[in-house]
Amino acid sequence: MKASQLFSPKEWQLALPLAFFLHLFYVAPLAILLASSFQQAPGVAGVSLAQYGNFFGDAVNRDVLVDTFILGVQVTLACLIFGYPVAYIYARAVGIWKTILTFLILLPLLTSAVVRTFGWVVILGKQGLVNSALLGLGVLQEPVKLLFTHHGVAIAMTQIQLPLMILPIVASISQIDSRLLAASASLGGGAWRTFWKVVFPLTLPGVISGCLLVFALTVSSFVTPSIIGGGQIMYMPTLIYQQAVVLLNGPFAAAISAILLVMVLTVVIGLSVLSQRSRAYIR
Amino acid sequence: MSSAAPFAPQSATLEKVDRLSFNWVIWGIAIFSLAVLTLPTLIVVIASFSSAQTLRFPPPGFSLQWYLALFNYPELWTAATTSFQVALWTTVLCVLLGVAAALAMSGSRARWVSAMDALVMSPLALPGIAVGLGMLTFFSIMGVRLSLTTLIISHVVICIPYVIRTTLASLTQLGSALREASTVLGAGPIYTFFHVTLPLIKQGVITGSFMAFLSSFDNITVSLFLSDARTEVLPIRMWSMIENDLDVRAAAISGLLILGTALMMIVMERVSGLSKFLVKS
Repeated sequence: MKASQLFSPKEWQLALPLAFFLHLFYVAPLAILLASSFQQAPGVAGVSLAQYGNFFGDAVNRDVLVDTFILGVQVTLACLIFGYPVAYIYARAVGIWKTILTFLILLPLLTSAVVRTFGWVVILGKQGLVNSALLGLGVLQEPVKLLFTHHGVAIAMTQIQLPLMILPIVASISQIDSRLLAASASLGGGAWRTFWKVVFPLTLPGVISGCLLVFALTVSSFVTPSIIGGGQIMYMPTLIYQQAVVLLNGPFAAAISAILLVMVLTVVIGLSVLSQRSRAYIR
Repeated sequence: MSSAAPFAPQSATLEKVDRLSFNWVIWGIAIFSLAVLTLPTLIVVIASFSSAQTLRFPPPGFSLQWYLALFNYPELWTAATTSFQVALWTTVLCVLLGVAAALAMSGSRARWVSAMDALVMSPLALPGIAVGLGMLTFFSIMGVRLSLTTLIISHVVICIPYVIRTTLASLTQLGSALREASTVLGAGPIYTFFHVTLPLIKQGVITGSFMAFLSSFDNITVSLFLSDARTEVLPIRMWSMIENDLDVRAAAISGLLILGTALMMIVMERVSGLSKFLVKS
């Protein structure tokens, strides 16, 4: 301990370059973004809530906000329902199966989001896999429209975010003391009861951090909504892009960004508090 | 589901139904999810060998035409080179800034450490599109022209969390005993870092660099604002190919990217135990 105390006055300085870098190129830009959202019009001085008034005054914009939130909740829940069983099996897998599962879960995570979205275009398109299959089977007479719909975006987003839900849950499941499961079984707890009363509550921290990541990344994602949504259904990130780059309305885009930031931060902070409580509960 | 009280013997059939139904549900959903998880990647690879002129599935026949078409597409190679350059410099900067900061943060319980941790990790959760727009506004107010440098700077902000997370995980596992021993034995801090600490946290640094490289190479939300015609990156080029006219050449590029990612992933798993870090963090 003495040695580390001698060492520490110098060691903390190693964080200075990064702290400086992030304040200059991350904190300052976000502050400027917030400040510019209070402009009445580009270049006009003074503080005004006009941009926020414009946003909430227009039903179309309010719908975009609500749709984005709904998309986030739907994708998060779908990822939890489809991801948890994968995590459950992965945590118990051994040998070659573990290697195969690792590959199946990590490859989509590491593959570019544009590539994965492109895969969904091929699946959901008019001449895509789903329509070819349903037409071929005679279930449909005409191709069904899946691209450019909210459901299409939600399905593709679920697949794209799924690994981010699986990984934290795997970490939580593998920390469970297997004696607890044996104890539950010997006390007469069946498979379902053991799952809901023992396994699931113990994995809540993993579940919550998975939900946090999936929600935050879903409501912030741009590529999938813009390609699968095809500019016909808007979400907050595509609206920001449209306002900033296509319509060159900087202050309005800044205000939309600020509203999105507040939405993400509220959910992230809320879930982090829940996560700390669940950790405390487990110990 | 089962209403057995502790110690009450449960009927054997009920117990069997209980166990079977549980296994069926878990395995059923898991197999379905894994199939859906793999599907898009598989579909893209198959579609990239299509002989058709338009994007359709299943393809009417197979050919290498779309891969061959890539050779006559100089804009694509320019964009790929730019992306590679940006990702490489981003990774180097992330390692230099990130490993130094992680060394300072590890083992300390000071209040600034948790504030720093929140600051460093926040780009993971905050909307990249807001960060990108903020940086564009910042650079234009400062009178800085967009260039490869500003693009790299913005990518460092987005990619730094990966290096910090994996390096901190390695440092925490390592503990401080060996580093203290080295200092007590008279080694200077620089000697200790290169001969004791770095060799032991190598895996974390390598995994973090790999993740930082990939997330820079894939980034679109920040690049949307920070890259211009001269610094067009690969994901943006692909995005406009798919968004505007469903160019089938995008399938061939995707095929190459999937192959590249799969190979890198296997190498990284061997070299640094990638999955251990991803499951942990």
